[in-house]
Amino acid sequence: MNLKELVTGAAGEKQFLLGNEAAVRGVIEAGVSIAATYPGTPSSEIGNVLSVLAKDANIYFEFSTNEKVAMEVAATAAASGLRSFTFMKHVGMNVASDSFMTTAYSGVKGGMVILSADDPSLFSSQNEQDTRNYARLANVPILEPSNCQEVKDMVKYAFDLSEQFNIPVIVRTTTRVSHMRGVVEFGDVRDNSSNSDNHWKRGHFDKDPSKFVPVPAFAGEMHVRLWDKIHKIEEITNKSDLNNEFNFANDKKYGLIASSSAYNYAYDVVKFNGLDVDILKLGFSYPFPQEKVAEFLKDLDEVFVVEEVDPIIEKDTLTTIGAKNLNVVVHGKLDGTFPLYHEFNSDVVADGLNKVLNFKEDSSTSYSSSLEKLQEDIPSRAPVLCAGCPHRAMYYGINIAIEELGLKPKDVIFASDIGCYTLGINPPYNAADYLLSMGSSVGDGCGFSVSTDQKVASFIGDSTFFHSGISPLINAVHNKHNFVLTVLDNRITAMTGGQPNPGIPVDGMGDEAPEVSIRKLALACGCDYVRVINPFNLEQVVKTYREAFERDDTAVIISKAPCTLIKGLTKKPPVDMIESNCNKCDKCVNELACPAISKIDGSIVIDKSQCDGCNVCIQVCKYGALQAGKE
Amino acid sequence: MDNHYNIYICGVGGQGIIKTSTIIGEAAMNQGLEVVMSEIHGMSQRGGSVSTELKIGGYNSSIIPNNGADMLLSFEPIETIRGLDKVNSETKIVYNTHPIVPSSSNKPYPNVDEITKTLKENFKYVLPIDGTKLAIDAGSVLALNMVLLGAVTADDNFPLSKESVIEAMKNNLKPKFHDMNLKAIESGYNSIKG
Repeated sequence: MNLKELVTGAAGEKQFLLGNEAAVRGVIEAGVSIAATYPGTPSSEIGNVLSVLAKDANIYFEFSTNEKVAMEVAATAAASGLRSFTFMKHVGMNVASDSFMTTAYSGVKGGMVILSADDPSLFSSQNEQDTRNYARLANVPILEPSNCQEVKDMVKYAFDLSEQFNIPVIVRTTTRVSHMRGVVEFGDVRDNSSNSDNHWKRGHFDKDPSKFVPVPAFAGEMHVRLWDKIHKIEEITNKSDLNNEFNFANDKKYGLIASSSAYNYAYDVVKFNGLDVDILKLGFSYPFPQEKVAEFLKDLDEVFVVEEVDPIIEKDTLTTIGAKNLNVVVHGKLDGTFPLYHEFNSDVVADGLNKVLNFKEDSSTSYSSSLEKLQEDIPSRAPVLCAGCPHRAMYYGINIAIEELGLKPKDVIFASDIGCYTLGINPPYNAADYLLSMGSSVGDGCGFSVSTDQKVASFIGDSTFFHSGISPLINAVHNKHNFVLTVLDNRITAMTGGQPNPGIPVDGMGDEAPEVSIRKLALACGCDYVRVINPFNLEQVVKTYREAFERDDTAVIISKAPCTLIKGLTKKPPVDMIESNCNKCDKCVNELACPAISKIDGSIVIDKSQCDGCNVCIQVCKYGALQAGKE
Repeated sequence: MDNHYNIYICGVGGQGIIKTSTIIGEAAMNQGLEVVMSEIHGMSQRGGSVSTELKIGGYNSSIIPNNGADMLLSFEPIETIRGLDKVNSETKIVYNTHPIVPSSSNKPYPNVDEITKTLKENFKYVLPIDGTKLAIDAGSVLALNMVLLGAVTADDNFPLSKESVIEAMKNNLKPKFHDMNLKAIESGYNSIKG
């Protein structure tokens, strides 16, 4: 499919879309004018697609420096009467939460929708937090699509709901919804034509401090209004056809309540096993549709609640049973029927249902002992730093410097951060000892430097530094903390698929943009030692680390070299291996651990399809066995 | 259960697995079938294992249950072994015999003939093909995914026609590669049918 179809496609047209692409179509159908994000998987593709389509779709789109800024861009657009959209991964909500919480109080004028993508089973995240808690914390409505069509439809509906009640609305996906592909039928597109010299429509902010400035006198009233809205919306959730029943039971004894991807597994297990269980699907799960749920429960003896990650609907179901004085047994996460963590699938749901319903036949398969041995012995295939990745050179170099300074690995704490460079956790680099969140490597450097006598090496990427590395760096300087901060400036937001960031001269719509200098920022924060180095020059890397470790202040080293995945880079030819010079020390294969170098049948082999001529291995080999490839 | 068909596709980042799956999904949609697919993003460019799951028929869930695949289509020998949770005694196991040795593991890479022998001891339909060679013969190693796409269409139970798969391929890939891709699809098809 050509992505432009998302803009030009007519109502009734069908496309096979990724959940994240369906979200973009929903945004376009809703006539959004302003969209902002900080990239985070599993929501990243929404930004990648919007980045390409924004101008055709009359949308202003930016990659904001972090999720809080993105939230503020969306909130002010909505306060100015425009429809606005912000989206992030679940942990992005933590960053955005300070402004998000108050947006619930002040409300909106144009529709405002926040898509937050949860990551059960942590495919690419540091925790499994459940966005649905934020809906309850801030007291805003939340929708839970279970497939691509629903992503599109619910995003669109969320804007209408938001505008009707002047309240921001959350759409919660999970990895399996964002990264599902399915057939999506398009709907009508709401007009969002530009009324200005820009390609997007401009709104107008009508001043009203009683609505938009939460000083105590006003904020108290705002909280009252918020509850008023939520009570009205609860009447809608009780009637909404997003909360619908699927009847499979002849005998009304067992029921099942489910949402999002967990609903898909539950539905398939009930359907394909012919179970006597009715299903209530909650697509609009907060404000909790207590009347509808009570109606579903009233004739049942037992009910299953199937949801990922936290037992949220389960607790609301228990509350409903208490409030309505019903006598129904609840099977969910709290009684151990289903796991309290990790994503579900049909097997997990079937196992849980089977504990009560006993329908499964024993279907254990047994293989020959040779196959079982093969399964145990196959090599793992973990993701690694790419051949030619500048981070590898830095990790190799810092470990050399540590050794040359007579330090032991236990004497140096590696405070890592969120990005490809977290892969430095793996041997032989062992360069990640502590990690909390985006930007935490800098604050962690502050803490370790006063709490221990160990040296601290903090590593952060360029985009992560802009995201939340700057204010802790000011803290480090002002409070006289002693550590070495390396900014791995690879000229892109690499881990999430290569989005631009303020360090490069391009913005989220592909236009030219001012380049913000990390070096100048570090100097402006007050750092006396700031060095910009070429990571592929090993001697310089080692020398700079030696200098930096011997200082007693906050030293900043900026490793500046583009990510090898950036398209259009000029690369040197692959390295040549001169077998006769090799003395079999295996330093290249064991200590550098580049995926382009392997040892096959006792010889070092360069995989020329992978090697991109970074030439670091040449500097590692003392015997001249590895040599620069010929042009 | 007519037209229900589950394909588990696995291999290594960069082999074109997601594109192959999308083409099959789009072809299913064009034939008026219900189809859902699951894919995992994020680490795919960094040499990790990659898998997608395609379910044709009236499924809500895009994840294939254990032992629920009609076909295991593997782009790499040891990834076949990693995907065995999804197969049952009737599953067609089609795999490329060309290994990609992981750099990050200290376990030795098993002998590919041994893998084939062991699989044949345990399963009825074990169909190894030298997809990488067929791709190179068709014009480029990058056409491996088209060879394997052709191999899928050769299964008698596969509910889509070769023509609709080819149509979807043309809709998803650049015209300048169409001739090479058609050649690769044919050679993959013939390697199973022949």
